[in-house]
Amino acid sequence: MEKENLFGKTLIELQEIVVKAGFPKFVAKQLTDWMYKKRIRSIEEMRNLSKPTREKLAENYTLNFPAFTNVQESVDGTKKYLFPVKPHQFIEAAYIPEGERATLCVSSQVGCKMGCLFCMTGKQGFQGNLSSAEILNQIFSLPEFDNLTNVVYMGMGEPLDNLDEVLKSIEILTSDYGLAWSPKRITVSTIGIIPAMKRFLEQSKANLAVSLHSPFEEERKKLMPIESVYHLPKLLDTIRSFEFGGQRRVSFEYIMFKGENDQQRHINELARILNGIKCRINLIRFHPIPGTPLESSSNETILRFQNGLKRKGIVTTIRASRGEDIFAACGLLSTKELVKRQKNEDY
Amino acid sequence: MNTLGKISLFKTTVEEVKEISKDVFVLSFLRTEEFIPGQMLALALKPDNQPRLYSIASGKEDEQYQILFNIQHQGYLTPRLSKVKVGDELFISKPFGSFYGSMEADWWIAAGTGMAPFLSMLKSGMAEKKTLIHGGRDKASFYFSDVFKNILKEKYIPCSSFEKTDDYFQGRITSFLKKTKELSRERNYFVCGSSEFVVDVRDILIQRGIPYQQIIAEIYF
Repeated sequence: MEKENLFGKTLIELQEIVVKAGFPKFVAKQLTDWMYKKRIRSIEEMRNLSKPTREKLAENYTLNFPAFTNVQESVDGTKKYLFPVKPHQFIEAAYIPEGERATLCVSSQVGCKMGCLFCMTGKQGFQGNLSSAEILNQIFSLPEFDNLTNVVYMGMGEPLDNLDEVLKSIEILTSDYGLAWSPKRITVSTIGIIPAMKRFLEQSKANLAVSLHSPFEEERKKLMPIESVYHLPKLLDTIRSFEFGGQRRVSFEYIMFKGENDQQRHINELARILNGIKCRINLIRFHPIPGTPLESSSNETILRFQNGLKRKGIVTTIRASRGEDIFAACGLLSTKELVKRQKNEDY
Repeated sequence: MNTLGKISLFKTTVEEVKEISKDVFVLSFLRTEEFIPGQMLALALKPDNQPRLYSIASGKEDEQYQILFNIQHQGYLTPRLSKVKVGDELFISKPFGSFYGSMEADWWIAAGTGMAPFLSMLKSGMAEKKTLIHGGRDKASFYFSDVFKNILKEKYIPCSSFEKTDDYFQGRITSFLKKTKELSRERNYFVCGSSEFVVDVRDILIQRGIPYQQIIAEIYF
């Protein structure tokens, strides 16, 4: 029988495990200290547990940290790591150093089921959710772990489609028993699954980033099928009605598509629909994927768009393109490596 | 799955459960709200269960809501849903979503139970000028084929990926779409099914010159 992985479990989950195994409850706290604070890699290294305790734990449990199998490094220092999940399944994590800041972009699912027109990950289809251990392993197994200042859930998959595991991983990153990071260092991105977003806002203090890409419902629907299910006005009303406090940030991601969403009418509508939301818009150059009908707006257009939004009083930044020479946009590396499942699709 | 963390659900009563093909069911229950064909419901067995989304398959004048589902044997909901009985309680959301059809000469493209919103549109008088391309493994996968064939005539095109029969296009929908000479840049293409299906179909339509703006997708999230 395969041993269960203790890494990635919350303190409460570990307490249940140790009590069930006949150990005192405080052993769970010892486990979190070893795994999350001292970052050891095996039960054997847990020196303040007695040998019989370690041996009994090791009968049924293990610590599992799959090592990355590939890394590509950009001339700008960005590194893209490929982690195996299951046979023929891979996820990507992108390490992006920038001055004193170092951000890791982590994946939350293998593939994605949201089918956004501009996304490479969607071409893999959906292959599964990551466990909190698999999410956290991208962080804990990163050679640059000690440099990390921020984590963004913007890699492969829709984080709020795997909310339980994402919340568990954030708890471990931010709890006193875990890494004790400030939730301000964590940003979770979503395409706007409203019910799950409500839960995320209530049960976490991490920042929220919403993939917007068009202020017009009909245009957004063609780029992002989720718009047929959860409509933009309701999404924005939900955000508007939530008390974010002084520290927590909400931002809107906006990929710039030439001739599609980069005109003055888009600026005007963005200003109208975002009225009353304290937020930032992050403009992103589009990195074309194979077969896409979309092109990136020019640098000049992006700057003009930024200035137009600023004139409307909206804080607007342009995301620096990083790792272009290694195709750091999510999904490209793992799709190349993906061995397509030999599943006989019915259609 | 936890896509739907917080959504308001209301009690309804099962009025009919019918297995229309192996492991594929039509579930009928008390209708409480107006809806627009193409909309969906969130459905759960208990108010505190995680609901799943289902396209409404009944017509807008029908007295019941109907949904189609096939049993996902590893899943939680559908094996239990297949065992509900007339009179049992279910919990549903109000209808929502905007996968609305039109009265134009659109193409409807679906795999398996993805034809549910198109069945709703057809039952609601929106079938005129439409073409339905329906993908399935074999004859038993073409649910409501009689209904569609009766109204759409030769514009009902089942694509059978496994079973060979003279009545159907032999091969997958994707093969059909790569071969057909009937694609027009003037039409809208409504696509419903799994994300893999929708992405595959959309890629082929775009490769064949259909502007992406004319492709409207509904994915089984």
